[in-house]
Amino acid sequence: MLIPFAKKSALVGLLVASAVAQPVIAADDYKLGLVTFLSGGAAGPFGVPAQNAANLVLETLNEGALPAPYNVKGINGRTIKPIYVDEAGGATKQSSEYRNLVERQGVDAVVGYISSGDCLAVPAVAEELKTLTVLFDCGTPRVFEDNSFKYVFRTGPTTTMDSVAASYYIKDIFPNLKAVSGINQNYSFGHESWADFYGSLKGLQSDIDVPTKQFPKIYAGQYGAEISALMVNSADVIHSSFWGGDMEAFLLQGAARGLFEDQTALLTTGESAMYRLSDQIPEGTILGGRGPFGIYAPDNALNRWFRDAYSKRYGTQPTYPAYKMVQGILGLKLATEQAAAKVSGQPTTEDVVSAFEYLEYEGPGGKVSMNMGKGHQASMEMVYGRYALKDGKPAVTDVRRYAAECVNPSDDMPANEWIEKGMPGAKCN
Amino acid sequence: MKLVIAMLMDGVIYASWLFVIAAGLTLIYGVMRILNMAHGSFYAIGAYGGASLVGFYLAGGYPPWGAYFMLLGAALIGGTIVGLLIERGLLRMMYGRDEVVMILVTYAILLILEDVIKLIWGVDAYFAYQPYTLLGRTKLAGLSFANYDILLIFVSALICFVLWWGLNRTRKGKLLQAVIHDRDTAAFLGINVTRMFTVTFVIGAVLGALAGALTAPGISVMPGIGVEVIILAFAVVVIGGLGSVGGALLGALIVGLARSAAVHLYPDAELFVIYGVMGLVLAFRPQGLFAIATARKI
Repeated sequence: MLIPFAKKSALVGLLVASAVAQPVIAADDYKLGLVTFLSGGAAGPFGVPAQNAANLVLETLNEGALPAPYNVKGINGRTIKPIYVDEAGGATKQSSEYRNLVERQGVDAVVGYISSGDCLAVPAVAEELKTLTVLFDCGTPRVFEDNSFKYVFRTGPTTTMDSVAASYYIKDIFPNLKAVSGINQNYSFGHESWADFYGSLKGLQSDIDVPTKQFPKIYAGQYGAEISALMVNSADVIHSSFWGGDMEAFLLQGAARGLFEDQTALLTTGESAMYRLSDQIPEGTILGGRGPFGIYAPDNALNRWFRDAYSKRYGTQPTYPAYKMVQGILGLKLATEQAAAKVSGQPTTEDVVSAFEYLEYEGPGGKVSMNMGKGHQASMEMVYGRYALKDGKPAVTDVRRYAAECVNPSDDMPANEWIEKGMPGAKCN
Repeated sequence: MKLVIAMLMDGVIYASWLFVIAAGLTLIYGVMRILNMAHGSFYAIGAYGGASLVGFYLAGGYPPWGAYFMLLGAALIGGTIVGLLIERGLLRMMYGRDEVVMILVTYAILLILEDVIKLIWGVDAYFAYQPYTLLGRTKLAGLSFANYDILLIFVSALICFVLWWGLNRTRKGKLLQAVIHDRDTAAFLGINVTRMFTVTFVIGAVLGALAGALTAPGISVMPGIGVEVIILAFAVVVIGGLGSVGGALLGALIVGLARSAAVHLYPDAELFVIYGVMGLVLAFRPQGLFAIATARKI
């Protein structure tokens, strides 16, 4: 039977549209799966800055225009073709999406994952499918403490160092510290952050008092009662690992009520808000950036290029998720090219895995050492500083850097056990 | 004393916020028997609209006090347009269907509107904090409270009064009560039930958008905020009794005060207490505390 004209036209239209929508991928292109939040509450503060950074760095890599040693075009000469996936939807969905990326899209590697839940779920699928996977942002130390993976690497540091360095910092800044309160989100990241922070602080000062610790629901948005509780039970410092909209709402509501006039806020992810809310963050607020990223990044050629190019294209300074995405892509590139130097032709996944283990390289945030998790987990130095306005522009003062060996456990000890034992073997200046 | 004042003030402020969100939801259910999941989207549209309008307005260098009118304007415009489009464009074709079907329909609308919001405003956060900080703060028993939050209590009380007065002291309100009691008999008596539905839905949508617009100055307006509040709003109207404005007020007060007490006395129970109260009410009074008596047709 002949297909009616309208149906035929629609079919042709669909075929044309789908052909137009597909990126043109040549046989020798390097297909890279990139997974980051493109919708939901984590998209604005984390997912989109990471995607912006990926777009910028991939474009520059394909032109071979990045500073050395990243000036080889693409990845080992192969043009990189990104395939983006939205991380929203939870761990089960992400496991399916990962299978799609590998089995249907045929990606060479995957760089992604901001949520710790996804980082705990996806590696098992990556191992089954023997696909090189770089976790770029999630923070839970459990990924490599509870498991041993061959094909999975994490180029971003764990949350342990955020919390441990935070406790060192407030001890350095407030020698007469007596009490610390906490407000953290009621899910694994919030609880882990507080437990690590309080545990390490207790190791440094056993008589520390905790007037109140609050765990409101993630995305709660309204913190009136929690702010009152923090005011009624006053402390020297208020610790918070709030991120994104929750942190911004807490800052706005707390500042309007004068919460930070008598107590100092310690925001472990505060760096990501310092440009967006520059006139609302009280001066003196302690800001962390989940590593030496953003304003804490070193003055190297790569960082100068990145900050300049990013701010020119997107009209704002890059925050830590953007840095961590670049760090993940550059780690993958360098490991692949080092593996390629030892073989003829393109290296196998196993070759790249061998080159990636215990790799040391320079990212826009400084030195990255893949020296934890049997060579699969990065460690970096950690930095804290206090927010200040200089000539009306957001800046930080009292910046202190803590070496990776000072704020991370040795490879043979889980983070919580290391903190519980008083951080044995920590090499601090 | 400081603790008691903190618990009371926090509880009442939170309850005011909850009531403004829940009022539109319960009104729509009371009249139309639609448990409107899309109410969360009205809230989000009000918040995004309010933040955008305040941003444009202040960027123009106009007096900052006008920002409050921008918030109200955003709620009125956003709620009316979206409410009319949904009621006239979709829901009127679904009237008479099972309540469960209507939940699914409005849930679909919620998902569609979430993407529409993303298309219009993107995924970056919006801020409109100037109206929140402009009013300053008041000290009570050594604790500071934002005057904007205190103002919210009065706004909420005003909305409650206007709804009560409109429903009980005006001719239109009495006609609406007839529709609530028995829509078939009301139609038989010559009441234009379809128009009543349209007006009610638009008022409900404006109230949802107003809640979002009034909340915007104190938060970071970002994707997903509508989905977060709808669950809380449901808890409030279920406790108070679906369809009852007075019930929504009582439900909001119970939830607000219980949550505030938990935050101050036992923070670990902060989330549990809301749904614990709801479970308790449902166990002893499944129709809610203020449920409207329904006539049995013979």
